[in-house]
Amino acid sequence: MNQRSPKTQPLFAPGHRGCAGCCNAMAVKFILRAIGSDCIVATPTGCTEVFSTPYPESAWNVPWIHSLFDNIAAVSSGIESALKALGREGETKVVTIAGDGATVDIGLQALSGAFERGHNITYICIDNEAYMNTGVQRSSGTPYAASTTTSPPGKRSIGNPLGKKNVPEIMVAHGSPYVATTSVAYPKDVMRKVKKAVETRGPTYVHIQAPCTTGWGFDTHLTVEIGKLAVKTGLWPLLEITNGEITGVHRIRKKLPVEEYLRRQRRYRHLFTTPEGEEVIRELQEIADRNAEHYELEL
Amino acid sequence: MSELKAELKVVEGSYAVAHAVKTCHPDVIAAYPITPQTHIAENLSQFNADGELGNCEYITVESEFSALSTLIGASATGARTYASTASQGLALMHEALFNAAGMRLPIVMTVANRALSAPLSIWNDQQDSIAQRDVGWIQLYAEDPQEAADMTPQAYKISEDRDVMTPAMICFDGFILTHVYEPVALLEEELTDEFLPPFNPEHILDPKNPETFGAFADPSIYTEFRYMQELGMREALKKIDPVAEEFREIYGRYYGGLLDEYRLDDAEIVLVAMGSIIGTIKDVIDEVRRDGIKAGLLKIRSFRPFPLDAVRKALKNAGIIVTLDKNISIGKCEGALCTEIKAALYNTRLDTPVVGYMLGHGGRDVPPEIIKKIINKATRSMKDGLTIESSYADLKEEFV
Repeated sequence: MNQRSPKTQPLFAPGHRGCAGCCNAMAVKFILRAIGSDCIVATPTGCTEVFSTPYPESAWNVPWIHSLFDNIAAVSSGIESALKALGREGETKVVTIAGDGATVDIGLQALSGAFERGHNITYICIDNEAYMNTGVQRSSGTPYAASTTTSPPGKRSIGNPLGKKNVPEIMVAHGSPYVATTSVAYPKDVMRKVKKAVETRGPTYVHIQAPCTTGWGFDTHLTVEIGKLAVKTGLWPLLEITNGEITGVHRIRKKLPVEEYLRRQRRYRHLFTTPEGEEVIRELQEIADRNAEHYELEL
Repeated sequence: MSELKAELKVVEGSYAVAHAVKTCHPDVIAAYPITPQTHIAENLSQFNADGELGNCEYITVESEFSALSTLIGASATGARTYASTASQGLALMHEALFNAAGMRLPIVMTVANRALSAPLSIWNDQQDSIAQRDVGWIQLYAEDPQEAADMTPQAYKISEDRDVMTPAMICFDGFILTHVYEPVALLEEELTDEFLPPFNPEHILDPKNPETFGAFADPSIYTEFRYMQELGMREALKKIDPVAEEFREIYGRYYGGLLDEYRLDDAEIVLVAMGSIIGTIKDVIDEVRRDGIKAGLLKIRSFRPFPLDAVRKALKNAGIIVTLDKNISIGKCEGALCTEIKAALYNTRLDTPVVGYMLGHGGRDVPPEIIKKIINKATRSMKDGLTIESSYADLKEEFV
C-alpha cells in the first residue's frame, strides 16, 4: 500500500478532501512548513488521515504512515528506534500529527509510554475538541457545556457535563523538555513552536487548538476568527513550558467576554436559548478568568 | 530430525529461542513481560546488556499492544523486528496484528502458547494463537525447543521474501517448551548469516523517497488489497518447504516443511496434531504398533498458510483420522484442527471419518495413556463403523 508522490509539489499538496475552512489542513500545512522535508510523519486514524490519503492518492510529499487509531505514539517510537538502529538518525525528525481523540483518549497510554521512554519525537495534537471524523461525538478534549452528538443539551443536560482534560500538563509531568499550546489562528506561533519542538532533543509536545467548521458550527471563512476569539477571551491560553517551567505566554491586549466566542458557534447555541444557559456562561467566564489570572494573560 | 552437526548444550527452551533471535540480528526488539514468554525477553535483555545485540534497539514498552505497534513503525522504516508474547498479550495485540499483516510488514514473533482468561490460567494450551487464525499472519508450530529455535531464521526468511512480505508467529507451548531444559544445538551466527540474507525491503519510510503507508481504501479497492495478502500467503506456502531444505543444507537439521509425517505410509489410524504433544504421540504410536495397531501421525507445522494439498495427500490412505486440539470453538464443541481437517477432506472423493478430541487445555497434562485410550476408541469406531463427534478427551465429569 505504498504510493509515490512527485517531489515538486508542496509538502502537503492541495487536492485533498478536507472541508472548506478545514482547521486540520491548515495546521498540517503550517507544521510541514516549519519542519521541512527531512521528516517522517505518523498519523493515527481520524479526519486528517482520511481526507489526505484516499488510495491511490496521497497529499503527503513527506514519508507518512497511518497505522491505527490508538497506537500512533508507539508507532512513532518504533520509527525513531529504527532510524537509530539502522544508523539513519541524522537530522530526520520523527513527527506525530494526531487528533484529540487519538491523543487525549484512546491513544493516551501509548503517548505516555513513548514520552516516559524518552524517544526523540515530536507529538503534535490538532485539537478540534470532539470526534469529528465519526460525526462530532464528545472526547475528553471537548470543553465544558459544548453540544456534541453524544453530549446534546436537553431537559436534563446543558451539553458536555465535563471539563477539558489538560493533556499538555500531563506531558509536562512526564518530564518533556518542551511543551507548547498554540492555535491554527496564529500561523507564526504554530510554526515557531513546532520548529522549536522538533529542534529540542527528547519527546516534545505541541497542542494546537483547531476550530472545526462542521463540528463547532460556524461559516467556513471564520476558522481563524473563531480561533482568535478562543485566545482573546482567555479560554485557550497560548503557552510554552520548557523543562517544566512556563517560559512563554501569549499576552492579550484586551480580554474579551466569553460570550463573544460562544455566540458565534452552534455548539454553544443552547446557552443563549435556555434559562440555565446564563449560569453556564458565567461558569465559562470563570474558567477564562482563572486562566487569565493563573497565566497572567492580560497585558 | 536428521543428525545434528553442532555440539549440544543443555539450556532452557526460552534461552534457545532468544539465542536464535540473536543470530538473526534484529534491529528493533519490543518487549513486554507476560508469563510464560518472560524468559525470552529477559534473555534478550541480557544479551543487549552484554553488548551482544549490536546496534539493536531493545525497547521496554508499556503494553503488548504498543510492543507490536512499535514494531509496525520500526518495520516500515526498514528494521528487522522481533517480539515475543502469549495469551492475554496476544489478544491485546489483536487489532495491530491485522494492521501489520495488511501493511505487509514481515515482523517475526514468538508466541509462548498459553490459555486465556477467564478463569485465569497461566498454563499451556493453544487457544491464544488459534484465536488469531484470521489476522493474516503465518503461523508455525514447533514440537520442541530446537525446532522453535530453528524456525526463527526460517520464519524471517519466509516472511521477508519479497513475494511473501507477511508477518509470522512461531508458536511453541508455554512452560512445556519455554521452561524445559534439554539438549539443544544453539544456532551459530556464521551459519545464520549464510542462511538468512539481510532485510532489504522495497518500500520504507525515507525522506529521500517519500511514500505513503496505510492509506485508506474505499469499496472499489479494499477487496484487492485483501486478495493480495492471500497471494502473499500462497507464496509462503510455496516457500516453506524449500526454506526448510535450505536450512537442512546449512544446519543439518530438518523437521519437515509445511508438515511432517511419522509412520504414516501404512497407517490406518492417523493422528493429526501440532506442538509439544507430537513427541508423546510418537512414543505412543511406537508402543501401539508393537500391539499390531497401525497408527501414524501427521504433524502440522504450518497452520497458516494451511497446506491443503499436502494434507489431502498425506491423509488419502487413512482409515480413520483423529485430530487432537489444545483449543476449542465454544458453541461448535470442536478444535480448529478438527474443523480444518474435515473441511480439507470435503470436495475430495475421500469419505474418511474424522474424530476430534480436545485435550490439554489450561495446562492439563497429556500423558501417553490418554493418547492410547483415544487410539483404542478410534480403532473400535473404525471397526464398528460408528461416527464419533468431537469431544473432550480429559474432561472430569464430576466437576461439571
